[in-house]
Amino acid sequence: MNPKRKQRLFIILGLVSGLGVAVGLVMYALSQNINLFFTPSQIAKGEAPPAQMIRVGGMVADGTVERDPRSLKVAFDVTDFDHNVRVTYEGILPDLFREGQGVVVQGRINQGQFVASEVLAKHDENYMPPEVTEALRQSGKLEQMMGGQKQ
Amino acid sequence: MIPEIGHFALVLAFGVSICLAVFPLYGYLTNQNGFCATAKPLALLQGLALAVSFGVLMYGFLAHDFSIKYVADNSNLDLPWYFRMSAVWGAHEGSLLLWALILGFWGVAVALFSRGIPDHMSALVLSVMGMIGVGFLAFMLFTSNPFVRILPFAPGNGADLNPLLQDPGLIFHPPMLYMGYVGLSVAFAFAMASLISGKLDATWARWSRPWTTVAWAFLTLGIALGSWWAYYELGWGGWWFWDPVENASLIPWLIATALMHSLAVTEKRGLFRSWTLLLAIAGFSLSLLGTFLVRSGVLNSVHAFANDPERGVFILGFLIVVIGGSLTLYALRASKVSEPGEFGWISRESFLLFNNLLLTVMAVSVLLGTLYPLFVDAIGGGKVSVGPPFFNAVFVPLTAILVSGMAFGPLAKWRQSDDPKLYRPLIVTLIVSVAVGLVWPSIFGGAYSIATAVGVTLALWIAIATGLDVVKKIALYGGISATFSRIEKGTIGMWLAHFGVGVMIFGVVMVENHTEHRDVRMGVGDSQRLGSYNVRMTDLAVINGPNYVADQATFQIYQAETLYKTVTPQKRRYNASGMVMTESAIDSGFTRDLYIAMGEPLGEGDWAVRLSVKPFVDWIWAGAFLMGLGGFVSITDKRYRKRIKEEKAEAAVEGATA
Repeated sequence: MNPKRKQRLFIILGLVSGLGVAVGLVMYALSQNINLFFTPSQIAKGEAPPAQMIRVGGMVADGTVERDPRSLKVAFDVTDFDHNVRVTYEGILPDLFREGQGVVVQGRINQGQFVASEVLAKHDENYMPPEVTEALRQSGKLEQMMGGQKQ
Repeated sequence: MIPEIGHFALVLAFGVSICLAVFPLYGYLTNQNGFCATAKPLALLQGLALAVSFGVLMYGFLAHDFSIKYVADNSNLDLPWYFRMSAVWGAHEGSLLLWALILGFWGVAVALFSRGIPDHMSALVLSVMGMIGVGFLAFMLFTSNPFVRILPFAPGNGADLNPLLQDPGLIFHPPMLYMGYVGLSVAFAFAMASLISGKLDATWARWSRPWTTVAWAFLTLGIALGSWWAYYELGWGGWWFWDPVENASLIPWLIATALMHSLAVTEKRGLFRSWTLLLAIAGFSLSLLGTFLVRSGVLNSVHAFANDPERGVFILGFLIVVIGGSLTLYALRASKVSEPGEFGWISRESFLLFNNLLLTVMAVSVLLGTLYPLFVDAIGGGKVSVGPPFFNAVFVPLTAILVSGMAFGPLAKWRQSDDPKLYRPLIVTLIVSVAVGLVWPSIFGGAYSIATAVGVTLALWIAIATGLDVVKKIALYGGISATFSRIEKGTIGMWLAHFGVGVMIFGVVMVENHTEHRDVRMGVGDSQRLGSYNVRMTDLAVINGPNYVADQATFQIYQAETLYKTVTPQKRRYNASGMVMTESAIDSGFTRDLYIAMGEPLGEGDWAVRLSVKPFVDWIWAGAFLMGLGGFVSITDKRYRKRIKEEKAEAAVEGATA
């Protein structure tokens, strides 16, 4: 092999093994850092792993939002109209958070309550997070919801 | 009547783009110069038709023509005129029209500024751009026409622009970003043209280099503006969220950065030719993929407003044609590319190869993380989301490695560069950056952070190395003005951009590790400490804006006992849509931003309030600005304005020496 070919071979080998290692590391990092999504019904059935970071989506149930009078603590129910999950959160809620609105919360289950570290509501009020749509479809309540919506 | 003119102009542009796609290519293949010569006039006509179409839509917004459905959906009688102008690209149809307009603009630019390029080559480039135009205009006309009307019963008032977009950020961010996204189509078109013609020598690299650089500069500024907008308008003070749509702009940026560097090797040394072609194809394909992700709503993101699966299918189809077609051509032609010349294990070529390798791996890992939820969902693995921890875990170490190497590249010589003397300035750089980096967290105060020490060391490493390179060149040329008039403008651009990377890293490291951030409950008369300041809420009032009603809090910021500043964040409720928006109050400074935003009312006159001190946050965007500026400086170099004659003479010389 002439030196030029040899160099090219080494570069290609380096590239392939570098990319291989990188993809492997990325896949490992992915498996460590993904957040699985659960519906309130799945949580009620105990399908969600405790103490692991997960996401739950549904509607904020009417009349369930309670605020602590002295701090920023707040609690509310997320529902797919079959089951409810009690969520506690401390901090500022997004602007579009309100009762009857679709929401996705991220956090951990702790002693039967869902302790949220993040509450996501979307920036467009006609927009429903896909996870929430999915949760409502699974509980068979999507049609009912859509009937009441603008679109 | 007037909207029909816009619609007609759009149809005309579509027709012209078909001609532009077909005639010059046909002329090239059959060797008929007459057909080739149609390319430039057609590109100008296409640009003109798109400008008319765009102008008509803007006129519709300014004149409150609610018979245009798009205007009715996105405007309102109370919307101020400057937001009515930017509302043109505030939603799907209009943003596509902006995309098409910018494609037309780039076509005009290529037609006007390609005098240094042989006619058959510019004809091929414009033809490829015409093909892209056909795809996009067909997409608009068949699925997303902005000129659809509501007749005969036009509404009396519009539904209003999404309040999130009623911000100066929307005026500049999308056009800048699109200039970058679409600008990559020029680099793509040059690559395709050289593949079609089979002339894969180093000259195409010189032709496409300024276009790539300027597209990259726009993309840099566009992403930075988006990040800045997110910071003060919608992000509660965050500047980057690893949101899928942000990633969709970052991935092409990483590839474009790699492409710029690889083009340098191809132009100067004639190496990496097929790799450069591949990057040019990947850059534009990924910016199309970004458009697909944003516009189809397949990914859950803040940008996913309304979505429509049919549109997604169309763009996906277009994407497959573009990627499939270009890669097929690449596979047929690139194998014929020979790589003349060699380079040593330690040489500028090898450092740039290292740069390309890392940037590509970064792009691939961000792409994997972004698409992973789609992939898992598709194989029935359920809904998952990939959050910032993943991206940080992958991106940050790779950036650190990349920056470590960045100081070496500019010092190295082409071909062979293993003389240790060349790298001597780096010894000083290393000592100073490590020493200052280690001490810096203690000077700054607070708990000692190793992450800060490492990050600041890296920022200093690249900044000092760049500075020493500048000093060395000035000593070599004997004086500052002599240096800056004689040196290649690309080198000055490189200095600015590399220094900008250092500035940006410093900002990122300080914000990420030393932001002081508290959410508190406050009412009128309450005081809170904020860094070295005291913040006191003195008033709550209701303010009537042009198209909103706002709760406005007045905060007095005290430094020691003296009043430093009074700020007034707002919580707005927009009349037309009823949407609630947060207007933060930010006091920007060289070393820190004070950030105050109102959360929600908690009853009894109290509000949830977010207070933050963000050290050096503006350095992030200042660094990005320096990078963009570097790009614009680079393209002022004389050699990009060479005429064909000189080009030929040079090619002859190159041919003789090869």
